[in-house]
Amino acid sequence: MGDRRMTQPMIQMENAQLHYKIGNAISAMMGLPSTVKAVDGVTLTLNKGESVGLLGESGCGKTSMGRILVRLEEVTGGSARFDGQEIKDLSGDELRSFRSRSQMIFQNPFDAVNPRYSIRKTLEEPLANARIPRDEWHTRVIDALELVGLGDPKQFLERYPHQLSGGQLQRVVMARALILQPEFVVADEPVSMLDVSVRAGVLNVFRDVRDRLGLTAIYISHDLALVRYVCDRTIVMYLGRIMEDGPTEDIVHAPLHPYSQALVAAVPTPHVDQSHDPLPIGSGAPDPRNPPSGCVFRDRCPRAQTRCADEVPMPRPIGTRRVACHFAEE
Amino acid sequence: MADTLLSIQDLSIAYQVGALDVVAVSEASFDVPQGAIVGLVGESGCGKTTMARALTRVIADNARIAAGAMQFAGQDLAAMSEREMNNLRWRDISFIPQSAMNSLDPVYRVEYQILEVLRDRGGMSKQQARARAVELFEMVGIDPGRLRDFPHQFSGGMRQRAAIALALALNPKLVVADEPVTALDVIIQRQILDQLRSLQRDLGLSVIMVTHDISVVAYICDRTVVMYAGKVVENCDTATLLNEPLHPYTMGLKNAFPDLQSAGTGVLTPIAGSPPDLIDPPKGCRFAPRCPFATELCRSTEPPLTEAAADHHVACHRADEAATLREVAQDPATWGTAA
Repeated sequence: MGDRRMTQPMIQMENAQLHYKIGNAISAMMGLPSTVKAVDGVTLTLNKGESVGLLGESGCGKTSMGRILVRLEEVTGGSARFDGQEIKDLSGDELRSFRSRSQMIFQNPFDAVNPRYSIRKTLEEPLANARIPRDEWHTRVIDALELVGLGDPKQFLERYPHQLSGGQLQRVVMARALILQPEFVVADEPVSMLDVSVRAGVLNVFRDVRDRLGLTAIYISHDLALVRYVCDRTIVMYLGRIMEDGPTEDIVHAPLHPYSQALVAAVPTPHVDQSHDPLPIGSGAPDPRNPPSGCVFRDRCPRAQTRCADEVPMPRPIGTRRVACHFAEE
Repeated sequence: MADTLLSIQDLSIAYQVGALDVVAVSEASFDVPQGAIVGLVGESGCGKTTMARALTRVIADNARIAAGAMQFAGQDLAAMSEREMNNLRWRDISFIPQSAMNSLDPVYRVEYQILEVLRDRGGMSKQQARARAVELFEMVGIDPGRLRDFPHQFSGGMRQRAAIALALALNPKLVVADEPVTALDVIIQRQILDQLRSLQRDLGLSVIMVTHDISVVAYICDRTVVMYAGKVVENCDTATLLNEPLHPYTMGLKNAFPDLQSAGTGVLTPIAGSPPDLIDPPKGCRFAPRCPFATELCRSTEPPLTEAAADHHVACHRADEAATLREVAQDPATWGTAA
């Protein structure tokens, strides 16, 4: 982070698309939409050592983006590259190496681990998959547990997931993601299932480990306050598209896209004196099956004009940011 | 101050687990003023949901109200017969459950479920009930044309609104909402909170809002009750709670919360350790094992809930030193490293 030497791109997406087929022959005959565009024309570059927060509401495609980048999904159009290589074309040894170099931290730690595996076995599984020599396992497991702040790791080794608190288990999930010494990590809402008092601890470990190992990281969340705590750069998504991309502090203090403005205004703060003004956004939820023409946000946008229905606004540079709005300067 | 609508007095609720009694709510006391929104805050397992459910007496089979009273408009809810309680539900006290996804029956149209309440509980005719259902949907901001939909055709936010509409169907005096916005996106969350606020103002409702989110409390609640391990540890108006907390747990919670209004990102400080096992709670103050300010007295003797300042109740032996403790609590080093 902030390291000028690291300007090599780790992740490059160019017009990346992930379209899911939905419905069947009958719904197609009825003229119903046949695809959901989970990710639709995303272009972005993430340099080595950089952290970016993917922010947006459910269904905006933020998790799909993360899944493409660790190859749990493959792009249906455009390109997504990892360290110069097209992710969906990887196979054989290259794929195996990719599987160690990129990792995902999942949302719910209780769903992400096998309840019948001890913590030792949970952490040894990726080592076995990556064909790490067995005599290194013990040291690696201990190191990984220490890395995520589970002091006195030996007391955890033979325990099972149900014997751990949510915060401890999420650290184990993090340790499992880090044990193969990846260069790139996708964290998908890693603290949303945790209690407030332990959430801060897990976030601190994430920040600390990322900085110490110089990881490239994507942090997926719908909570701008959390993204701000973890990432210097934020990408705001809506219905599969990038709305705004830039330094987090700029977006927090002066969002340019009307959607980012609504998102920032919607976050409650722990103060009694906060704005209770109505949000600058139309009600209703986005429908990914049936997005509006032109700008996908226009049906909820207070500033929408006829041009917004006709012409898709592409993200264009404004100062330190990229903004996908025809009227971002206003 | 407004009249008191509900007064919880020394309420204890116990779950029978095998041969053991696990006391999930222990000697809790607080008041809900007429027309106020009262937040009930705490972490999972602190007893806030058990308490909320007890108000409608819809509690698990193995749970019982072990002691105490719930005075609601002159009657004790804890002492009522099941039949009397049934008369009160929906009409006087209604409940918005945590997951609206599960509170609507998936095999019935939404309209049917609302009409059922209006006709069976409200004694309305079919005509009256239909008209009221339309009114309710308009009130919570859903197009009444969607009444004939099935729950799965609704988005998460719409289902939550429908659950609110259902709770308001018979003009209750008190609405108990259990984490009504927790599973929702921030924009919908805000819109639902605004809706609840304006309904509360227009209809003169009192609301108990169970949440783990201090920011939600700050946004909408007039008063806040903080619970820890089954105990009420602090209770006062929300501004005082956030600006001048007296209990170290409240101070710790504030430190653990990200704040979008702050100048920089600062450092979030976790509270080390985890809440105690209620099967065998610690002697003395239940927060003492995690409290950086705990003394010998705290570990041996339980602090009673007392009125430390005007209308500010707290259960802490060191409440009179709170001003000093607040300063020390702001230093992350105070809280050590997370376990």
